[in-house]
Amino acid sequence: MCSYLFVGMAYGILMNEAGFPWYDSLLISVSVYTGAFQFVLTTLLSAGASILTIALTAFFMNSRQTFYSLTFVDEFRKMGRRKLYMIHTMTDETYAVNCTLELPEEEKQQVMFRVAVLSKSYWVTGAVAGSVLGQLIPVSLDGIDFCMTALFVIIFMDQWEKADTHFPALAGIAVGIVCLFTFGESRFMLPALIGVSALLVLYNSRKVRKVAEEK
Amino acid sequence: MTGYILSAILVSAGITLGLRALPFLFFRGERKMPEWLSRLGAILPSAIMAVLIVYCLRSVKSDFVGSGIPGMLAVLVVAISYRWKHNTFISIVAGTVVYMVLIRML
Repeated sequence: MCSYLFVGMAYGILMNEAGFPWYDSLLISVSVYTGAFQFVLTTLLSAGASILTIALTAFFMNSRQTFYSLTFVDEFRKMGRRKLYMIHTMTDETYAVNCTLELPEEEKQQVMFRVAVLSKSYWVTGAVAGSVLGQLIPVSLDGIDFCMTALFVIIFMDQWEKADTHFPALAGIAVGIVCLFTFGESRFMLPALIGVSALLVLYNSRKVRKVAEEK
Repeated sequence: MTGYILSAILVSAGITLGLRALPFLFFRGERKMPEWLSRLGAILPSAIMAVLIVYCLRSVKSDFVGSGIPGMLAVLVVAISYRWKHNTFISIVAGTVVYMVLIRML
């Protein structure tokens, strides 16, 4: 979870490099609070992308978090007033941590809540610290944005290790590359996200039908 | 702060929270999640991550030597170090440092 502080700082530094003030980093980290998309949002905002593009990118990038919540519907429901906070703080990392917890119900709820609060505090603190630090450091921090790539590679590897089929991961890479060369650098992201989601829905429905036929 | 940034933030925050809350609106009470949906949930995240990695390395196309090669080498550093130590912090720092050094050299 310590990595949250670091990645948060990297985000703050990146925001500063892109010319956004620290309170933008703070506001976005508190309200949007979603690691990967926040990095992409910085690029979109500096490019002056339309609100519709931003909305669609947010939708397709974060649709994976719907599935994270899906896993915890029953458990969060029992958490009373903390439920809304748990929903808001569902990210790649908290999901990964929550999945590894094997505790009695009462205790698990407390741990999950603490994980959620700590993760968000680390993230927000890191983001603001990074923004301020970026201003103080006189040397060029060109290339610091690579920490976003590194984070994605790590999440990808974690998912790869857990997966029973690598088709989705490989399909994502393939569709991404095809779209990159078809639509170009600044416009390939949305078609790629939509394309791979559609492909997987198709792939999935065929697979489910097959399982049903075998029964 | 301009209205553009503020509305971008509001829209992003709203959509993100909405997506996270969606299952709670749909599966009230005893309704169980259908099989196909939980399968989709198991396969979609890694495909989206894959697209994001391609997104991060998109400059390979226009600037192969200056940022494509450093990017791919740094990804290798992240992958190998993570495989070896399984430490998020070490891998992010190592990869980022390698990248920052390489783009200044090439």
